Amino acid sequence: MSTHLEAPVQTQRRPLSTASTVARLALIGVALALVAGAFAYLGGWLTPKNLTPARFTDAFQRVDGVHAGFRRNHAKGVGVSGLFESNGNGVRFSKAVVFHPDRVPVIGRFSLSGGRPDVADSADAVRGLGLQFNLPDGEVWRIAMINLPVFPFRTPEAFYERLVASKPDPNTGRPDPAAVQAFLDRHPETVQAMNVIKGQPLASGFDNSTFHGLHAFRLVNSTGASVPVRWVLTPMQPFEAASAASSGQAKNYLFDALIAQIHRQPLRWQLILVIGQPGDPTHDATIAWPAGRERVDVGTLTLDRVDAEETSAATDINFDPLVLPAGISPSDDPLLSARSAVYSQSFTRREGEVTQPSAITPADVRRRD
Amino acid sequence: MPAQPRFPAVSRLLHWTMAVMVLTMLCIGVAMVVSLGDYHALVSIHRPLGIAILILVVVRFVNRLINPPPPLPATMSRAERMAATASELAMYGLMLVLPLVGWGMLSAARYPIVLHGSLHLPFILPHNAMLYAVLRKAHTILAYLFFLTFMAHFGAILFHTLIVRDGMLRRMAP
Repeated sequence: MSTHLEAPVQTQRRPLSTASTVARLALIGVALALVAGAFAYLGGWLTPKNLTPARFTDAFQRVDGVHAGFRRNHAKGVGVSGLFESNGNGVRFSKAVVFHPDRVPVIGRFSLSGGRPDVADSADAVRGLGLQFNLPDGEVWRIAMINLPVFPFRTPEAFYERLVASKPDPNTGRPDPAAVQAFLDRHPETVQAMNVIKGQPLASGFDNSTFHGLHAFRLVNSTGASVPVRWVLTPMQPFEAASAASSGQAKNYLFDALIAQIHRQPLRWQLILVIGQPGDPTHDATIAWPAGRERVDVGTLTLDRVDAEETSAATDINFDPLVLPAGISPSDDPLLSARSAVYSQSFTRREGEVTQPSAITPADVRRRD
Repeated sequence: MPAQPRFPAVSRLLHWTMAVMVLTMLCIGVAMVVSLGDYHALVSIHRPLGIAILILVVVRFVNRLINPPPPLPATMSRAERMAATASELAMYGLMLVLPLVGWGMLSAARYPIVLHGSLHLPFILPHNAMLYAVLRKAHTILAYLFFLTFMAHFGAILFHTLIVRDGMLRRMAP
């Protein structure tokens, strides 16, 4: 640096002693280390054991393997499309454009839980329905529903714990029963939710399943008034109980039936808003709200087209439950933000991969007359 | 302390406002990708803040043409001047490119870019999964690069203030 001090500056500073220079350099080092340390802390490098979206997604991959191009959960599915016809009943609760009396196009996807895109259909696999409503003002509403009346886990950490416990033992090919029991002992809310789930009769197919949004949200209307809400899609196809055993059925029997039904006639569901009362828990998806809450039918979903993953626009949609239009807001349920985070991680991974053919092929979804 | 010509008041205001915004942005960015519970809240700030930075960097560039910066201190060597200019260019470039890559990657994924309420941005790129994946990666790499550039900038000003003592900080001090 001595050469710089020869430059024509107006006032010459007294040179620093060696000790002072060292001390000042150390101070600079400490300042830089503190900033870098704070940044590293925020980025999670100092807490490698914390549960992150990446670690959560890794757990799905450890249990079900990596299947390039597929969702890390609900990997097996088909795309559907149709429209939602709002009857205007929702306007009272929410200013969201989707509730204005109108028709809006909908893209969706039926799926089965788990990370294996080639898994055999079974009656007790969780059935999923993701929907995207394309609103006329360019807004988008995405919902992710399943056929369980309540969610078995209260927190993302509990979900993760259960996921890890469900990893098949390499010797038996089945999850370790002791690990599963230990999880249930720690999580009585899961046991309670499972009892509620078992108490509900299982429908025979996708077409006559009721799909639940599970989480509470908040609706805000044009006067600014806000109410807690949960939503449910109730099928207009008649209920039929699932047969006791799904063994002996074709590998894709649930999807094959859905495809045949949609080709026969459009499938319909009513979108029901369940309006919460003050004091109803909004942070806990394992607990159903008391019976007798006001249920408002806000419109009809009609699905009249089915596509394989290869050709469906739904394939590249991340059914993030927090893609909401103005007039619908998240509740304090901790699973909502966690789902948004993990879905995003799964989406980013699969979008960068070369997709393998899906189990339900474009030939499978073609109309057979 | 040698007298140093100062940046004009508008330039100083823009510098410190954006310094706070960019540092907040880098911290939110690195924290949100490892967060479950706070992910949504952080993303909801990240997007409008990124667009605000994009708008301000354009304002700042125009301001720079109207109010050129004062000459660098005579204490700086040729190499130091080149390094200072290069890091300045890098930071201007990153403030412009990072929000654009973010906007572009969400566009390529057809992910709604909500700023507030029903206010959302149009898509600036075609729907393309692989394009999204590449831009998503680029967004991360550029953000780390920005943090490193910031560290060099911060280290250099500390060095000038504590070791060279040429009053460099006074040029930009609020």
